[in-house]
This record gives sequence, C-alpha cells and structure tokens, in this order.
Amino acid sequence: MLETLAHQVNENPALVRRGAAMSASFLIEIGDRDFHVAVDRGRIIGVEEGPFIMRGWSFAIRAPEAVWAKFWEPFPDPGFQDIFAMNRFGHCVVEGDVDVLLANLRYVKDVLAIPRRAPNMGAAHG
Amino acid sequence: MVELEPIIGRYVTLPIEGRDHRIYFEEAGQGTPLVCLHTAGAHASQFRHLMCDPAVTDRFRVLAFDMPWHGKSTPPPGWQDEEYQLTSDFYVAAIMAFIEGLELDNPVVMGCSMGGRVVIRLAIEQGERLGAVIGLEGSDRPAPWYHNSWTGHPDFVNGDFCVGLVSGLCAPQSPDETRWETLWHYCQGGTGVFKGDMHFFRTDSDYTAGSADIDTTACPVYLMTGEYDYSCTPEATIATAGRIPGAEAIIMKEVGHFPMSENPAAFRTYLLPVLDKIAARP
Repeated sequence: MLETLAHQVNENPALVRRGAAMSASFLIEIGDRDFHVAVDRGRIIGVEEGPFIMRGWSFAIRAPEAVWAKFWEPFPDPGFQDIFAMNRFGHCVVEGDVDVLLANLRYVKDVLAIPRRAPNMGAAHG
Repeated sequence: MVELEPIIGRYVTLPIEGRDHRIYFEEAGQGTPLVCLHTAGAHASQFRHLMCDPAVTDRFRVLAFDMPWHGKSTPPPGWQDEEYQLTSDFYVAAIMAFIEGLELDNPVVMGCSMGGRVVIRLAIEQGERLGAVIGLEGSDRPAPWYHNSWTGHPDFVNGDFCVGLVSGLCAPQSPDETRWETLWHYCQGGTGVFKGDMHFFRTDSDYTAGSADIDTTACPVYLMTGEYDYSCTPEATIATAGRIPGAEAIIMKEVGHFPMSENPAAFRTYLLPVLDKIAARP
C-alpha cells in the first residue's frame, strides 16, 4: 500500500507545508513487511521495504496486514479509524521516540491516511 | 437584509471561587433552560447547530457559556503569572455560578466529554436543583488513552497538536465541513488551556464513589456516546450507566466524540427523543 506514498505526499503542497518542520524517519510494519519512510521537511524522500539490519528510525507503528486493511477502508469500523484508536484497543503498537510523532502529529496522521483516499495506489510508483 | 441566526451572544461577570470572571455565553430559544458544556480545549460554538434547531428551541432555552480561559471568556486578572489547571471544584463552581447568576430554574445540564463527566458530579450533589443531566461522551471516571508525560510535551500547548490529538475521535462518516469546524475550535485554544483541562479530565474527576447515590427520579441521567469514541468508549458509558440506578445509556451509530458539532444532523435524531422524555416530565 505504501509504494506510491512519496508521490502522493510530495504532489500535495498543503501536506508538504504541514510537515515542513519534520525531518525524520519512521517505520510502518504491515504484517511481516517493514517499510522505512524517510521525511525531509515534509517531503517523503524514500520509502524502503525491509528486511532491515539495524536500520534506524524515530518511531514505529506495527500492525497486522488485516488491521491496516481495515484502517485504510473509506469508512473504517469503530476502533480502526485512527492510530490512537487502534493503539487503545490493541490493534496496533506505537513505539520508539513518540516525541517525534507528537511534534508532527497532524502531518503523520494525514500521511498515513493517504491510502484511504487513494485505494488504488498499490501500483508500482517510486 | 441578510438572514440573522437566532443565536444571541452576551457577556456577564460571575464570581467563581471568590474571583470575578468575565464569561461569554450564547443562547437561543425559550422554555426549559438547557445549559450546554463544551469539551476540553474548545468553546461553546460547538452547540451552535442545536441553537438553530426549532425542534429544540421551541421548548428549550439553550444556553452555552465559554469556560474561563476558553473562547471569548477571559482568564481572571493575573492570569499571566498563573498556570491554568481545571479542578473538579472550580468546574462545578463555574457551572453553578452561571445557573445561579442567570437565575435558571430547574435547568437541564448537558455536557460533552469533560462536560459529560462533570454532569455526573452535578447529579450527585445538585440533582434536586436540576431538571435532568445529559452526558455526551461521558463516564464517571477517567480512562486515559495516552501517557501522562504527553501533557508535558512542548507541543501539547499548540493548537495544531490538539487537532492531531483529537482528529481521530470524529467519526469517518461525519461531514468534512462540520468535522473541520469542530477541529478548528481546537486550533483556537489558548496556550496551555487544553492541557489545563486535562488535569480535570485525567486526574480530578473520579466520581464512581457517588454514582450509585444519584436519585434519577429527581434528576434523570442520560448518557449518550458515539460508537467511534475511543476516549469515552461506549463500554465506559454503559458501565457508568450500570452504576447509576435508572440511568439510560444510548450508543449513537456513525458518531464520534463531538456529536453536536461533528454531525449535528445525526446527533439530533438521538437527542430529540431524550428531550421529548425530559419535556414530558411533570
């Protein structure tokens, strides 16, 4: 689901502006697949798929593939509509340097919600 | 001339815990007073749709005030050297000062989130003086869903952060326009105000010891919670109602933590039957 994330974010000026204060990387775990997302001043400069050997990141959000599939539905079920909801109900785990997440919360949430708005973005795209 | 909304805004100075506070409030309608309490970090505009609904205002005088430090209510003189921290006692004192100051007789009090929490204490202590309480997204005790250290994070005082923190509490089905207006209220909060409200909401509002003592024949208790609310979950609301003999829990489909402002059309379908019951009381 994250293959075209960089394109979708970088072509969205409002979103890039919202993330202008963020230069950091984070990890999204979708089942047994890890995705390392690197952000530079609101632009996604790399989405790299693991496995990784001691790859660094600031925070990670880990959930089974079925959970992310529910999260990315246009109208997710209660408890799957937001990473904090999913964390509260044990559907996902948020770990690492949460301060980086908090400092860029609106931006990160908007980035993670992009596959919800563009369900066909699984196609190969840089 | 353009059409004017029926909402009227006014200011009043009320003594709360021995200090004068200049309070802004809005009202519309006539009949039984319905005092509305906004959520943490927001202000009384959350109830603007209710105030423009004739099905409500034909029989209820809807009043909503901005808590001190919120909206257009000013903090007390000397605020610049104080850290705002809402306590349970101050919250109750502010509500009762408003009710007494405006000489509201037997009002119904409806609060959302932290307002939905404090109405439990009002029902415990002031039930004889109230027509009913309605707790929206309310429960009788705190159930934090993020770590206490967050409120010390420098971004916690920042409106954009507050938006990010609560955005997921809106139901996905809520219309964009009203959802984003709801979130805009969180952009508007004064520095540290949301954090100060969290003192009440997270650490100074466990009312479980008194819940069973509420006399719902004198003061009916209605607890209405959206199914998408993960701050005050439907389960927490149902558990609270279970501790209050005679309380009614209503779980609202496709609604989140801000029913009256994120999806007014959906909310009224649940609220109007409750208001019917309250209006039918002798």
